[in-house]
Amino acid sequence: MGRLHAEEMVLNMGPQHPSTHGVLRLKLRTDGEIVSHIEPVIGYLHRSFEKHAENLEYQMVTPFTGRCDYLGAMGSEHGYAMAVEKMMGIELPERVEYLRVIFAELQRIASHLVALGTFGLDVGAITPFIYCFRERELILDLFEMASGARLLYNYIWIGGLAHDIPPGFVEKTYEFLDAFDKHVAEYNQILTGNKIFIERAADIGVMTPEIAINYGVTGPSLRASGVNIDIRRTQPYSIYDRFDFDVPLGEGIHGTVGDSWDRYYVRVLEMKESAKIVRQALDQLPVEGDVKSAIPRRIRPPKGEIYFRSENPRGELGYYIVSDGKNVPLRLKMRSPAFSNLSVINEIGQGFMISDVIAILGSLDIVLGEIDR
Amino acid sequence: MKEQEIYADLSAKFGDKIIEFVEEETLNPTVIVKPAALDEICNYLKDSEDLQFDSLMNLAGHDADGESDLSVIYHLYSTSIKHYITLKTFASRDTPAVKSIAKIYRTADWHEREAYDLYGIIFEGHPDLKRILMEEDWEGYPLRKDYVAAEFYRGMRIEKVK
Repeated sequence: MGRLHAEEMVLNMGPQHPSTHGVLRLKLRTDGEIVSHIEPVIGYLHRSFEKHAENLEYQMVTPFTGRCDYLGAMGSEHGYAMAVEKMMGIELPERVEYLRVIFAELQRIASHLVALGTFGLDVGAITPFIYCFRERELILDLFEMASGARLLYNYIWIGGLAHDIPPGFVEKTYEFLDAFDKHVAEYNQILTGNKIFIERAADIGVMTPEIAINYGVTGPSLRASGVNIDIRRTQPYSIYDRFDFDVPLGEGIHGTVGDSWDRYYVRVLEMKESAKIVRQALDQLPVEGDVKSAIPRRIRPPKGEIYFRSENPRGELGYYIVSDGKNVPLRLKMRSPAFSNLSVINEIGQGFMISDVIAILGSLDIVLGEIDR
Repeated sequence: MKEQEIYADLSAKFGDKIIEFVEEETLNPTVIVKPAALDEICNYLKDSEDLQFDSLMNLAGHDADGESDLSVIYHLYSTSIKHYITLKTFASRDTPAVKSIAKIYRTADWHEREAYDLYGIIFEGHPDLKRILMEEDWEGYPLRKDYVAAEFYRGMRIEKVK
């Protein structure tokens, strides 16, 4: 009897693969069904954001930031606006700060809904995806009311907002929030506690805190490993120090702390916290205030540089801006959270099956637009 | 610890490998270091009991004017002590060599590849230094200020910026 002939095979997953969330190629080295090495190949969506930014005036960069992370455009615009404002020392009207927080947190809910829905879709649960998109639609309606756009807003400007919210916006947002808790219970019924889903996600792709921090993983993926770091808490920006909210951490309810199920569940809990923040912000929203009053006529930050970070739905979004005193940035780098979050996949994905790699990828919630920029 | 104290600690330990401390014209006080000493400095920053810089938030290449030296900027953070420091190092335009810290902070692996891709900075000791965002056969380093795009790439005309 001859020995069974077994050798490693290289398998290309993507760039056109439905579960790679965009145009990502994973070069898998497999031994049968077991993956022994994963090399992500990125750059298919590279649109030279940073090169463009060096040729555009500061206010003209804002729409580009939204196009990087197209599922969290409000967050990207917010981070960019705050970085430039900090360089210029602009004080904002209270109303602007509150509205920005409302939009950033609604965006976090919308982005997490996509993350949960597509994660379910990746592992074979199609119905929750429809549920998640149903609620996301309501948030997009709110965004459309305020900014006129559903995906790419150009709403948060340096020094203020493009325009004030229309009448009826606050009531409609309350309406959404009132119904939202019930919807979260629905997701928990249909997906979170689903036995098949737990089997697919628990104990898969366990990320220890040391690995997560060393690879620069941030956001819900880091907190799922039990690391209590949320920039809204550790280094509060805007007016986040005024709100009462919890930072959910992974507990390993169905497996080990830091597994794919934890990364999923932290997002579910985070949506509830974001809804809490939006409600508080709406309660405290000042009636008076011109959202355009602090927008500078000329945007020329003084000579210098800044690294400013904020908590985007996917993690730490940093802007490194160098100004030479002109109206065009000398250098603008976006430190995108998903870029670092994706790089960890080889470390946590080894030894699992090919189908598990898809689950791990889904649980990391990447957006290729901001990875490739 | 304050950035000033971290600088004092570093210069006591590393002497002339630490060049200077910059507080003006930056919102993140910066320690300028020599490119060849970067790995040992980062090792110390990470392992020292009082510093514990376990997280590299960001790594960025930079070209100020297209003539002078290229620079690399490192933004570090300690998740346990919650303090910050920024390192900066300069590398000559013709032979831009900087010690890699990809083995110390795995975050740097991809970020160094990006800086290599867009600025042509060579990170010595990087496990797999190759282009990451651009195509592997792309000519030149697009974010350098003196970069002029080739006219064609694989037979396709490249549109001019501006």
